[in-house]
Amino acid sequence: MKRVILAAGFFVLAILAWQLLVAANVWSAVLLPSPLSVARYLLGALADGSLLGAAWVTTRRLLAGYAIGLIIGLPLGLLTAQFQIFRDTIGLVALGLQTLPSICWVPLALLWLGQTESAMLFVVIMGSLWSVLIATETGVRTMPVIYVRAARTMGSRGMHTWLKVILPASLPFLVSGMKQGWAFAWRSLMAAEIYVTILTGFGLGQLLHYGRELHAMDQVIAVMLVIVLIGLLADKILFSPWERFLRRRWGLTA
Amino acid sequence: MSTALQAELRNIPPVKLVLDGVTKTFRTKRAKVRALENVSLQVNEGEYVCLVGQSGCGKTTLLNVIAGLEKPDGGRVLVDGKPVSQPGRDRMVMFQETALFPWLDVMGNVLFGLKLKPNLTDNDRLEVAKFYLRMIGLDKFTHANIHELSGGMKQRVALARALAPNPRVLLMDEPFGALDALTREQLYGDVQAIWLKRRKTVVFVTHNVREAACLGDRVLLLAPEPGRVIEEFRIDLPRPRDINSVSLAEYSTAITRSLKGYSEDREVAE
Repeated sequence: MKRVILAAGFFVLAILAWQLLVAANVWSAVLLPSPLSVARYLLGALADGSLLGAAWVTTRRLLAGYAIGLIIGLPLGLLTAQFQIFRDTIGLVALGLQTLPSICWVPLALLWLGQTESAMLFVVIMGSLWSVLIATETGVRTMPVIYVRAARTMGSRGMHTWLKVILPASLPFLVSGMKQGWAFAWRSLMAAEIYVTILTGFGLGQLLHYGRELHAMDQVIAVMLVIVLIGLLADKILFSPWERFLRRRWGLTA
Repeated sequence: MSTALQAELRNIPPVKLVLDGVTKTFRTKRAKVRALENVSLQVNEGEYVCLVGQSGCGKTTLLNVIAGLEKPDGGRVLVDGKPVSQPGRDRMVMFQETALFPWLDVMGNVLFGLKLKPNLTDNDRLEVAKFYLRMIGLDKFTHANIHELSGGMKQRVALARALAPNPRVLLMDEPFGALDALTREQLYGDVQAIWLKRRKTVVFVTHNVREAACLGDRVLLLAPEPGRVIEEFRIDLPRPRDINSVSLAEYSTAITRSLKGYSEDREVAE
Protein backbone atom coordinates (compact mmCIF):
# COMPACT_ATOMS: atom_id res chain seq x y z
CA MET A 1 0.00 0.00 0.00
CA LYS A 2 2.79 2.35 0.92
CA ARG A 3 4.40 1.62 -2.45
CA VAL A 4 1.20 2.52 -4.28
CA ILE A 5 0.87 5.82 -2.44
CA LEU A 6 4.49 6.75 -3.09
CA ALA A 7 4.24 5.87 -6.77
CA ALA A 8 0.95 7.76 -7.14
CA GLY A 9 2.50 10.73 -5.36
CA PHE A 10 5.37 10.73 -7.82
CA PHE A 11 3.08 10.88 -10.82
CA VAL A 12 0.84 13.56 -9.32
CA LEU A 13 3.95 15.65 -8.65
CA ALA A 14 5.20 15.09 -12.18
CA ILE A 15 1.91 16.28 -13.64
CA LEU A 16 1.90 19.26 -11.29
CA ALA A 17 5.40 20.20 -12.38
CA TRP A 18 4.27 19.94 -15.98
CA GLN A 19 1.31 22.22 -15.26
CA LEU A 20 3.60 24.71 -13.51
CA LEU A 21 5.90 24.80 -16.52
CA VAL A 22 2.92 25.49 -18.76
CA ALA A 23 1.66 28.19 -16.39
CA ALA A 24 5.09 29.82 -16.32
CA ASN A 25 4.62 30.38 -20.05
CA VAL A 26 8.24 29.64 -20.94
CA TRP A 27 7.27 27.87 -24.14
CA SER A 28 4.28 28.64 -26.28
CA ALA A 29 1.20 26.48 -25.78
CA VAL A 30 1.69 25.17 -29.31
CA LEU A 31 4.90 23.47 -28.22
CA LEU A 32 3.91 22.50 -24.68
CA PRO A 33 0.21 21.89 -24.17
CA SER A 34 -1.17 21.70 -20.66
CA PRO A 35 -1.91 18.33 -19.08
CA LEU A 36 -5.55 19.28 -19.22
CA SER A 37 -5.61 19.76 -23.00
CA VAL A 38 -3.81 16.43 -23.46
CA ALA A 39 -6.39 14.80 -21.22
CA ARG A 40 -9.15 16.54 -23.18
CA TYR A 41 -7.76 15.13 -26.44
CA LEU A 42 -7.47 11.67 -24.88
CA LEU A 43 -11.08 11.73 -23.69
CA GLY A 44 -12.33 13.03 -27.02
CA ALA A 45 -10.38 10.48 -29.03
CA LEU A 46 -11.55 7.74 -26.70
CA ALA A 47 -15.14 8.88 -27.10
CA ASP A 48 -15.12 9.05 -30.90
CA GLY A 49 -13.31 5.72 -31.05
CA SER A 50 -10.35 6.93 -33.11
CA LEU A 51 -7.81 6.22 -30.38
CA LEU A 52 -9.07 2.76 -29.50
CA GLY A 53 -9.36 1.95 -33.19
CA ALA A 54 -5.78 2.99 -33.85
CA ALA A 55 -4.53 1.18 -30.75
CA TRP A 56 -6.31 -1.96 -31.87
CA VAL A 57 -4.88 -1.76 -35.41
CA THR A 58 -1.38 -1.35 -34.03
CA THR A 59 -1.71 -4.07 -31.39
CA ARG A 60 -3.14 -6.50 -33.92
CA ARG A 61 -0.25 -5.89 -36.32
CA LEU A 62 2.23 -6.23 -33.50
CA LEU A 63 0.80 -9.42 -32.02
CA ALA A 64 0.41 -11.11 -35.41
CA GLY A 65 3.90 -10.15 -36.56
CA TYR A 66 5.46 -11.06 -33.25
CA ALA A 67 3.69 -14.41 -33.12
CA ILE A 68 4.91 -15.26 -36.61
CA GLY A 69 8.41 -14.11 -35.64
CA LEU A 70 8.32 -16.49 -32.66
CA ILE A 71 6.89 -19.38 -34.64
CA ILE A 72 9.67 -19.08 -37.20
CA GLY A 73 12.44 -17.93 -34.87
CA LEU A 74 12.16 -20.59 -32.16
CA PRO A 75 12.47 -23.69 -34.35
CA LEU A 76 15.14 -22.04 -36.51
CA GLY A 77 17.05 -21.21 -33.33
CA LEU A 78 16.80 -24.83 -32.17
CA LEU A 79 18.03 -26.07 -35.55
CA THR A 80 20.86 -23.56 -35.54
CA ALA A 81 21.95 -24.71 -32.11
CA GLN A 82 21.83 -28.34 -33.12
CA PHE A 83 23.34 -28.49 -36.60
CA GLN A 84 26.63 -27.02 -37.71
CA ILE A 85 25.34 -26.46 -41.23
CA PHE A 86 22.50 -24.27 -39.92
CA ARG A 87 24.92 -22.38 -37.72
CA ASP A 88 27.18 -21.62 -40.67
CA THR A 89 24.29 -20.44 -42.82
CA ILE A 90 21.12 -19.29 -41.05
CA GLY A 91 23.09 -18.41 -37.93
CA LEU A 92 25.35 -16.07 -39.85
CA VAL A 93 22.42 -14.50 -41.67
CA ALA A 94 20.63 -13.95 -38.36
CA LEU A 95 23.68 -12.36 -36.79
CA GLY A 96 24.02 -9.98 -39.72
CA LEU A 97 20.37 -9.07 -40.05
CA GLN A 98 19.97 -8.56 -36.31
CA THR A 99 22.30 -5.59 -36.58
CA LEU A 100 20.21 -4.10 -39.39
CA PRO A 101 17.85 -1.45 -37.95
CA SER A 102 14.44 -2.82 -38.83
CA ILE A 103 13.21 0.46 -40.34
CA CYS A 104 15.61 -0.38 -43.17
CA TRP A 105 13.19 -3.13 -44.19
CA VAL A 106 10.42 -0.63 -44.93
CA PRO A 107 11.46 0.44 -48.46
CA LEU A 108 11.86 -3.19 -49.45
CA ALA A 109 8.56 -4.17 -47.88
CA LEU A 110 6.74 -1.38 -49.69
CA LEU A 111 8.19 -2.28 -53.06
CA TRP A 112 7.53 -5.96 -52.64
CA LEU A 113 4.18 -5.89 -50.95
CA GLY A 114 2.80 -2.42 -51.64
CA GLN A 115 0.96 -0.36 -49.06
CA THR A 116 -0.70 -3.34 -47.44
CA GLU A 117 -1.01 -5.00 -44.05
CA SER A 118 1.43 -7.60 -45.32
CA ALA A 119 4.10 -4.95 -45.63
CA MET A 120 3.57 -3.96 -41.99
CA LEU A 121 3.63 -7.56 -40.86
CA PHE A 122 6.78 -8.16 -42.82
CA VAL A 123 8.56 -5.32 -41.06
CA VAL A 124 7.47 -6.53 -37.62
CA ILE A 125 8.52 -10.09 -38.38
CA MET A 126 11.93 -8.98 -39.61
CA GLY A 127 12.26 -6.85 -36.49
CA SER A 128 11.63 -9.67 -34.03
CA LEU A 129 12.65 -12.86 -35.81
CA TRP A 130 16.42 -12.56 -35.64
CA SER A 131 16.80 -11.72 -31.99
CA VAL A 132 14.41 -14.53 -31.05
CA LEU A 133 16.43 -16.91 -33.20
CA ILE A 134 19.75 -15.85 -31.72
CA ALA A 135 18.50 -15.97 -28.15
CA THR A 136 17.12 -19.46 -28.68
CA GLU A 137 20.38 -20.64 -30.14
CA THR A 138 22.41 -19.10 -27.32
CA GLY A 139 20.08 -20.58 -24.73
CA VAL A 140 20.34 -24.09 -26.10
CA ARG A 141 24.07 -23.95 -26.63
CA THR A 142 24.92 -22.61 -23.19
CA MET A 143 22.65 -25.08 -21.43
CA PRO A 144 24.68 -27.53 -19.30
CA VAL A 145 24.97 -30.81 -21.24
CA ILE A 146 24.60 -32.70 -17.99
CA TYR A 147 20.83 -32.07 -18.06
CA VAL A 148 20.48 -33.91 -21.34
CA ARG A 149 22.69 -36.76 -20.16
CA ALA A 150 20.72 -37.09 -16.94
CA ALA A 151 17.46 -37.08 -18.88
CA ARG A 152 18.76 -39.76 -21.24
CA THR A 153 19.59 -42.08 -18.37
CA MET A 154 16.01 -41.67 -17.19
CA GLY A 155 14.69 -42.77 -20.55
CA SER A 156 14.10 -39.44 -22.28
CA ARG A 157 14.66 -39.48 -26.04
CA GLY A 158 14.16 -37.27 -29.10
CA MET A 159 11.17 -34.97 -28.95
CA HIS A 160 10.66 -35.59 -25.23
CA THR A 161 14.20 -34.37 -24.55
CA TRP A 162 13.64 -31.27 -26.66
CA LEU A 163 10.32 -30.35 -25.08
CA LYS A 164 10.90 -31.39 -21.48
CA VAL A 165 14.60 -30.70 -21.03
CA ILE A 166 16.29 -28.51 -23.64
CA LEU A 167 13.53 -25.91 -23.97
CA PRO A 168 12.88 -25.45 -20.25
CA ALA A 169 16.62 -25.48 -19.54
CA SER A 170 17.06 -22.60 -21.99
CA LEU A 171 14.15 -20.67 -20.54
CA PRO A 172 16.16 -17.80 -19.02
CA PHE A 173 17.66 -17.05 -22.43
CA LEU A 174 14.40 -17.63 -24.24
CA VAL A 175 12.54 -15.13 -22.09
CA SER A 176 15.14 -12.42 -22.47
CA GLY A 177 15.33 -13.12 -26.20
CA MET A 178 11.57 -12.96 -26.55
CA LYS A 179 11.54 -9.72 -24.65
CA GLN A 180 14.19 -8.26 -26.87
CA GLY A 181 12.30 -9.51 -29.92
CA TRP A 182 9.18 -7.81 -28.62
CA ALA A 183 11.01 -4.53 -28.11
CA PHE A 184 12.44 -4.65 -31.62
CA ALA A 185 9.05 -5.53 -33.10
CA TRP A 186 7.43 -2.62 -31.29
CA ARG A 187 10.06 -0.15 -32.43
CA SER A 188 10.01 -1.30 -36.01
CA LEU A 189 6.24 -1.14 -36.22
CA MET A 190 6.13 2.39 -34.83
CA ALA A 191 8.80 3.49 -37.27
CA ALA A 192 6.93 1.88 -40.15
CA GLU A 193 3.60 3.41 -39.14
CA ILE A 194 5.04 6.88 -38.86
CA TYR A 195 6.94 6.50 -42.09
CA VAL A 196 4.20 5.18 -44.34
CA THR A 197 0.45 5.45 -44.38
CA ILE A 198 -1.24 2.15 -44.98
CA LEU A 199 -4.77 2.58 -46.17
CA THR A 200 -5.99 -0.70 -44.69
CA GLY A 201 -5.76 0.63 -41.16
CA PHE A 202 -4.73 3.68 -39.16
CA GLY A 203 -2.39 2.74 -36.34
CA LEU A 204 -1.00 4.76 -33.46
CA GLY A 205 2.04 5.66 -35.52
CA GLN A 206 -0.17 7.29 -38.12
CA LEU A 207 -2.10 9.12 -35.44
CA LEU A 208 1.20 10.44 -34.14
CA HIS A 209 2.27 11.41 -37.63
CA TYR A 210 -0.94 13.37 -38.27
CA GLY A 211 -0.57 15.05 -34.93
CA ARG A 212 2.68 16.46 -36.22
CA GLU A 213 1.21 17.43 -39.60
CA LEU A 214 -1.60 19.30 -37.87
CA HIS A 215 0.69 20.82 -35.25
CA ALA A 216 -1.60 19.26 -32.69
CA MET A 217 0.86 18.91 -29.85
CA ASP A 218 -1.78 17.63 -27.45
CA GLN A 219 -2.42 14.76 -29.87
CA VAL A 220 1.31 14.03 -30.24
CA ILE A 221 1.87 13.83 -26.50
CA ALA A 222 -1.32 11.90 -25.86
CA VAL A 223 -0.49 9.28 -28.49
CA MET A 224 3.03 8.96 -27.11
CA LEU A 225 1.55 8.35 -23.68
CA VAL A 226 -0.68 5.63 -25.10
CA ILE A 227 2.29 3.99 -26.83
CA VAL A 228 4.21 3.97 -23.56
CA LEU A 229 1.19 2.53 -21.77
CA ILE A 230 0.82 -0.31 -24.27
CA GLY A 231 4.51 -1.10 -23.91
CA LEU A 232 4.16 -1.21 -20.13
CA LEU A 233 1.06 -3.37 -20.31
CA ALA A 234 2.72 -5.80 -22.70
CA ASP A 235 5.65 -6.11 -20.33
CA LYS A 236 3.37 -6.77 -17.36
CA ILE A 237 1.07 -9.19 -19.17
CA LEU A 238 3.45 -11.05 -21.47
CA PHE A 239 6.75 -11.14 -19.64
CA SER A 240 6.32 -10.45 -15.94
CA PRO A 241 4.76 -13.85 -15.25
CA TRP A 242 7.73 -15.60 -16.88
CA GLU A 243 10.22 -13.47 -15.07
CA ARG A 244 8.48 -14.09 -11.77
CA PHE A 245 8.59 -17.81 -12.49
CA LEU A 246 12.32 -17.65 -13.26
CA ARG A 247 13.03 -15.71 -10.09
CA ARG A 248 11.02 -18.05 -7.92
CA ARG A 249 12.07 -21.35 -9.46
CA TRP A 250 15.63 -20.77 -10.54
CA GLY A 251 16.48 -18.10 -8.02
CA LEU A 252 17.56 -15.85 -10.87
CA THR A 253 17.49 -12.11 -10.55
CA ALA A 254 16.74 -11.54 -14.21
CA MET B 1 1.45 -48.53 1.82
CA SER B 2 -0.66 -49.64 -1.12
CA THR B 3 -0.19 -53.02 -2.74
CA ALA B 4 0.67 -51.39 -6.05
CA LEU B 5 3.50 -49.54 -4.36
CA GLN B 6 4.69 -52.67 -2.59
CA ALA B 7 4.68 -54.63 -5.83
CA GLU B 8 6.58 -51.84 -7.55
CA LEU B 9 9.20 -51.75 -4.81
CA ARG B 10 9.66 -55.52 -4.69
CA ASN B 11 10.13 -55.78 -8.41
CA ILE B 12 13.93 -55.87 -8.68
CA PRO B 13 15.19 -58.73 -10.81
CA PRO B 14 18.76 -59.93 -10.12
CA VAL B 15 21.53 -58.47 -12.20
CA LYS B 16 25.06 -59.25 -13.02
CA LEU B 17 27.17 -56.56 -14.54
CA VAL B 18 30.06 -57.69 -16.71
CA LEU B 19 32.69 -55.58 -18.41
CA ASP B 20 34.71 -57.51 -20.90
CA GLY B 21 37.87 -55.96 -22.33
CA VAL B 22 36.46 -52.45 -22.44
CA THR B 23 38.68 -49.95 -24.23
CA LYS B 24 38.00 -46.27 -24.78
CA THR B 25 40.30 -43.69 -26.30
CA PHE B 26 39.69 -39.96 -26.58
CA ARG B 27 41.42 -38.07 -29.34
CA THR B 28 41.97 -34.39 -28.99
CA LYS B 29 43.90 -32.24 -31.44
CA ARG B 30 47.07 -32.47 -29.45
CA ALA B 31 46.95 -35.81 -27.72
CA LYS B 32 45.45 -39.24 -27.55
CA VAL B 33 44.14 -40.20 -24.12
CA ARG B 34 43.74 -43.88 -23.43
CA ALA B 35 40.98 -43.46 -20.85
CA LEU B 36 40.32 -47.18 -20.52
CA GLU B 37 42.37 -50.06 -21.79
CA ASN B 38 41.19 -53.62 -21.71
CA VAL B 39 39.19 -53.28 -18.50
CA SER B 40 37.39 -56.42 -17.41
CA LEU B 41 35.41 -56.74 -14.22
CA GLN B 42 32.30 -58.23 -12.78
CA VAL B 43 29.81 -56.85 -10.31
CA ASN B 44 27.43 -59.25 -8.63
CA GLU B 45 23.80 -58.80 -7.77
CA GLY B 46 23.42 -56.47 -4.82
CA GLU B 47 27.10 -55.77 -4.60
CA TYR B 48 28.52 -52.36 -3.76
CA VAL B 49 31.67 -51.75 -5.75
CA CYS B 50 33.79 -48.64 -5.43
CA LEU B 51 36.17 -47.42 -8.12
CA VAL B 52 39.06 -45.39 -6.72
CA GLY B 53 41.90 -43.63 -8.44
CA GLN B 54 43.46 -40.26 -9.05
CA SER B 55 41.82 -37.91 -11.50
CA GLY B 56 42.30 -38.94 -15.09
CA CYS B 57 42.32 -42.66 -14.42
CA GLY B 58 39.16 -43.17 -16.42
CA LYS B 59 36.80 -43.96 -13.57
CA THR B 60 34.12 -41.53 -14.73
CA THR B 61 34.50 -42.81 -18.29
CA LEU B 62 34.03 -46.33 -17.01
CA LEU B 63 30.82 -45.28 -15.30
CA ASN B 64 29.58 -43.52 -18.43
CA VAL B 65 30.27 -46.61 -20.49
CA ILE B 66 28.24 -48.74 -18.08
CA ALA B 67 25.49 -46.11 -18.16
CA GLY B 68 25.46 -46.31 -21.95
CA LEU B 69 26.25 -42.61 -22.27
CA GLU B 70 29.51 -43.38 -24.03
CA LYS B 71 30.27 -46.18 -26.44
CA PRO B 72 33.47 -48.14 -25.86
CA ASP B 73 35.87 -48.45 -28.80
CA GLY B 74 36.40 -52.09 -27.94
CA GLY B 75 35.00 -54.68 -25.58
CA ARG B 76 31.52 -55.17 -24.26
CA VAL B 77 29.36 -54.24 -21.31
CA LEU B 78 26.80 -56.87 -20.40
CA VAL B 79 23.87 -56.64 -18.02
CA ASP B 80 22.62 -60.15 -17.41
CA GLY B 81 24.32 -61.24 -20.58
CA LYS B 82 22.67 -58.55 -22.70
CA PRO B 83 24.99 -55.97 -24.24
CA VAL B 84 24.50 -52.33 -23.27
CA SER B 85 24.14 -50.01 -26.24
CA GLN B 86 22.36 -46.99 -24.79
CA PRO B 87 21.19 -45.54 -21.48
CA GLY B 88 18.41 -47.45 -19.82
CA ARG B 89 16.20 -47.20 -16.80
CA ASP B 90 17.79 -50.33 -15.34
CA ARG B 91 20.97 -48.31 -14.80
CA MET B 92 20.41 -44.93 -13.16
CA VAL B 93 23.16 -42.38 -12.68
CA MET B 94 23.74 -39.96 -9.84
CA PHE B 95 26.07 -37.34 -11.25
CA GLN B 96 29.03 -35.35 -9.97
CA GLU B 97 27.24 -32.07 -10.18
CA THR B 98 23.73 -32.53 -8.98
CA ALA B 99 22.28 -32.33 -12.49
CA LEU B 100 18.92 -31.66 -10.91
CA PHE B 101 16.57 -29.72 -13.18
CA PRO B 102 16.19 -26.15 -11.89
CA TRP B 103 12.93 -25.64 -13.80
CA LEU B 104 11.20 -28.31 -11.73
CA ASP B 105 10.61 -28.43 -8.00
CA VAL B 106 11.80 -31.32 -5.81
CA MET B 107 8.76 -33.43 -6.60
CA GLY B 108 9.00 -32.65 -10.31
CA ASN B 109 12.58 -33.83 -10.36
CA VAL B 110 11.82 -37.11 -8.62
CA LEU B 111 8.83 -37.65 -10.91
CA PHE B 112 10.77 -36.98 -14.11
CA GLY B 113 12.09 -40.50 -14.54
CA LEU B 114 8.93 -42.07 -13.14
CA LYS B 115 6.80 -40.31 -15.74
CA LEU B 116 8.84 -42.01 -18.44
CA LYS B 117 8.30 -45.40 -16.88
CA PRO B 118 5.37 -47.21 -18.47
CA ASN B 119 2.75 -49.36 -16.74
CA LEU B 120 2.26 -47.07 -13.76
CA THR B 121 -0.73 -44.89 -13.03
CA ASP B 122 -0.15 -41.26 -12.10
CA ASN B 123 -1.21 -42.16 -8.60
CA ASP B 124 1.40 -44.91 -8.37
CA ARG B 125 4.05 -42.51 -9.57
CA LEU B 126 3.12 -39.93 -6.97
CA GLU B 127 3.14 -42.55 -4.26
CA VAL B 128 6.53 -43.94 -5.30
CA ALA B 129 8.01 -40.44 -5.41
CA LYS B 130 6.65 -39.66 -1.95
CA PHE B 131 8.05 -42.95 -0.67
CA TYR B 132 11.58 -42.07 -1.76
CA LEU B 133 11.32 -38.48 -0.56
CA ARG B 134 10.36 -39.86 2.83
CA MET B 135 13.24 -42.31 2.69
CA ILE B 136 15.78 -39.54 2.19
CA GLY B 137 14.05 -37.40 4.78
CA LEU B 138 12.90 -34.63 2.48
CA ASP B 139 9.15 -35.22 2.54
CA LYS B 140 8.72 -31.75 4.01
CA PHE B 141 10.41 -30.21 0.98
CA THR B 142 8.26 -31.74 -1.74
CA HIS B 143 7.57 -28.43 -3.41
CA ALA B 144 10.77 -26.61 -2.60
CA ASN B 145 12.75 -25.14 -5.48
CA ILE B 146 16.15 -26.61 -6.18
CA HIS B 147 18.02 -23.36 -5.57
CA GLU B 148 16.60 -23.19 -2.06
CA LEU B 149 18.22 -26.46 -1.00
CA SER B 150 21.63 -26.93 0.60
CA GLY B 151 24.28 -29.00 -1.17
CA GLY B 152 23.53 -32.06 0.94
CA MET B 153 19.79 -31.78 0.36
CA LYS B 154 20.36 -31.45 -3.38
CA GLN B 155 22.32 -34.68 -3.44
CA ARG B 156 19.60 -36.38 -1.42
CA VAL B 157 17.07 -35.32 -4.03
CA ALA B 158 19.42 -36.57 -6.75
CA LEU B 159 19.59 -39.89 -4.92
CA ALA B 160 15.81 -40.09 -4.67
CA ARG B 161 15.52 -39.21 -8.35
CA ALA B 162 17.93 -41.98 -9.28
CA LEU B 163 16.22 -44.53 -7.02
CA ALA B 164 12.65 -43.68 -7.98
CA PRO B 165 12.42 -45.57 -11.29
CA ASN B 166 13.66 -48.60 -9.33
CA PRO B 167 16.83 -49.29 -11.30
CA ARG B 168 18.71 -52.53 -10.87
CA VAL B 169 22.05 -50.79 -10.99
CA LEU B 170 22.85 -47.46 -9.39
CA LEU B 171 25.85 -45.63 -10.82
CA MET B 172 27.21 -42.91 -8.57
CA ASP B 173 29.81 -40.50 -9.89
CA GLU B 174 31.56 -38.75 -6.98
CA PRO B 175 28.19 -37.74 -5.59
CA PHE B 176 29.57 -36.32 -2.35
CA GLY B 177 32.70 -34.64 -3.69
CA ALA B 178 31.41 -31.10 -3.32
CA LEU B 179 29.93 -31.48 0.17
CA ASP B 180 31.39 -30.50 3.52
CA ALA B 181 32.71 -33.27 5.79
CA LEU B 182 29.80 -33.29 8.24
CA THR B 183 27.12 -33.46 5.56
CA ARG B 184 29.12 -36.16 3.84
CA GLU B 185 29.29 -38.32 6.94
CA GLN B 186 25.56 -38.00 7.39
CA LEU B 187 25.04 -39.12 3.82
CA TYR B 188 27.33 -42.14 4.26
CA GLY B 189 24.94 -43.29 6.96
CA ASP B 190 21.92 -42.63 4.77
CA VAL B 191 23.34 -44.35 1.72
CA GLN B 192 24.23 -47.43 3.74
CA ALA B 193 20.79 -47.56 5.31
CA ILE B 194 19.10 -47.21 1.94
CA TRP B 195 21.40 -49.76 0.36
CA LEU B 196 20.66 -52.26 3.12
CA LYS B 197 16.96 -51.66 2.59
CA ARG B 198 16.82 -51.62 -1.21
CA ARG B 199 19.81 -53.84 -2.12
CA LYS B 200 20.76 -52.18 -5.36
CA THR B 201 23.82 -53.14 -7.29
CA VAL B 202 26.00 -50.07 -6.94
CA VAL B 203 29.05 -48.85 -8.81
CA PHE B 204 30.44 -45.88 -6.95
CA VAL B 205 33.21 -43.65 -8.26
CA THR B 206 35.30 -41.57 -5.87
CA HIS B 207 38.82 -40.34 -5.26
CA ASN B 208 38.28 -40.53 -1.53
CA VAL B 209 39.81 -43.81 -0.32
CA ARG B 210 38.17 -43.72 3.10
CA GLU B 211 34.78 -43.13 1.53
CA ALA B 212 35.32 -46.11 -0.75
CA ALA B 213 36.32 -48.36 2.15
CA CYS B 214 33.32 -47.18 4.14
CA LEU B 215 30.76 -47.89 1.46
CA GLY B 216 32.06 -50.71 -0.72
CA ASP B 217 32.01 -54.48 -0.56
CA ARG B 218 34.91 -54.28 -2.92
CA VAL B 219 37.24 -51.43 -3.79
CA LEU B 220 38.85 -51.45 -7.21
CA LEU B 221 41.97 -49.39 -7.69
CA LEU B 222 42.33 -47.73 -11.06
CA ALA B 223 45.49 -46.29 -12.58
CA PRO B 224 45.73 -43.75 -15.37
CA GLU B 225 47.36 -43.71 -18.79
CA PRO B 226 46.13 -46.12 -19.83
CA GLY B 227 43.14 -46.34 -17.49
CA ARG B 228 42.92 -49.84 -16.01
CA VAL B 229 42.20 -51.77 -12.84
CA ILE B 230 45.41 -52.50 -10.94
CA GLU B 231 44.28 -53.92 -7.65
CA GLU B 232 41.25 -55.12 -5.80
CA PHE B 233 40.42 -54.97 -2.09
CA ARG B 234 37.63 -56.81 -0.38
CA ILE B 235 36.24 -54.95 2.63
CA ASP B 236 35.02 -57.49 5.18
CA LEU B 237 33.43 -55.23 7.74
CA PRO B 238 29.91 -55.40 9.12
CA ARG B 239 27.47 -52.64 8.22
CA PRO B 240 26.59 -49.99 8.96
CA ARG B 241 30.18 -48.84 9.00
CA ASP B 242 31.49 -45.75 10.68
CA ILE B 243 33.86 -43.75 8.52
CA ASN B 244 35.93 -42.86 11.60
CA SER B 245 36.36 -46.39 12.94
CA VAL B 246 39.82 -47.87 13.42
CA SER B 247 39.16 -51.08 11.53
CA LEU B 248 38.08 -49.05 8.54
CA ALA B 249 41.21 -46.94 8.82
CA GLU B 250 43.33 -50.10 8.43
CA TYR B 251 41.69 -50.81 5.11
CA SER B 252 41.98 -47.29 3.84
CA THR B 253 45.64 -47.15 4.89
CA ALA B 254 46.35 -50.31 2.95
CA ILE B 255 44.57 -48.99 -0.12
CA THR B 256 46.31 -45.63 0.10
CA ARG B 257 49.69 -47.31 0.48
CA SER B 258 49.05 -49.34 -2.61
CA LEU B 259 47.87 -46.29 -4.53
CA LYS B 260 50.94 -44.30 -3.51
CA GLY B 261 53.31 -47.17 -4.17
CA TYR B 262 51.93 -47.47 -7.60
CA SER B 263 52.29 -43.83 -8.52
CA GLU B 264 55.86 -43.75 -7.11
CA ASP B 265 56.80 -46.76 -9.23
CA ARG B 266 55.49 -44.92 -12.16
CA GLU B 267 57.47 -41.78 -11.41
CA VAL B 268 60.67 -43.85 -11.06
CA ALA B 269 59.93 -45.63 -14.30
CA GLU B 270 59.43 -42.36 -16.08
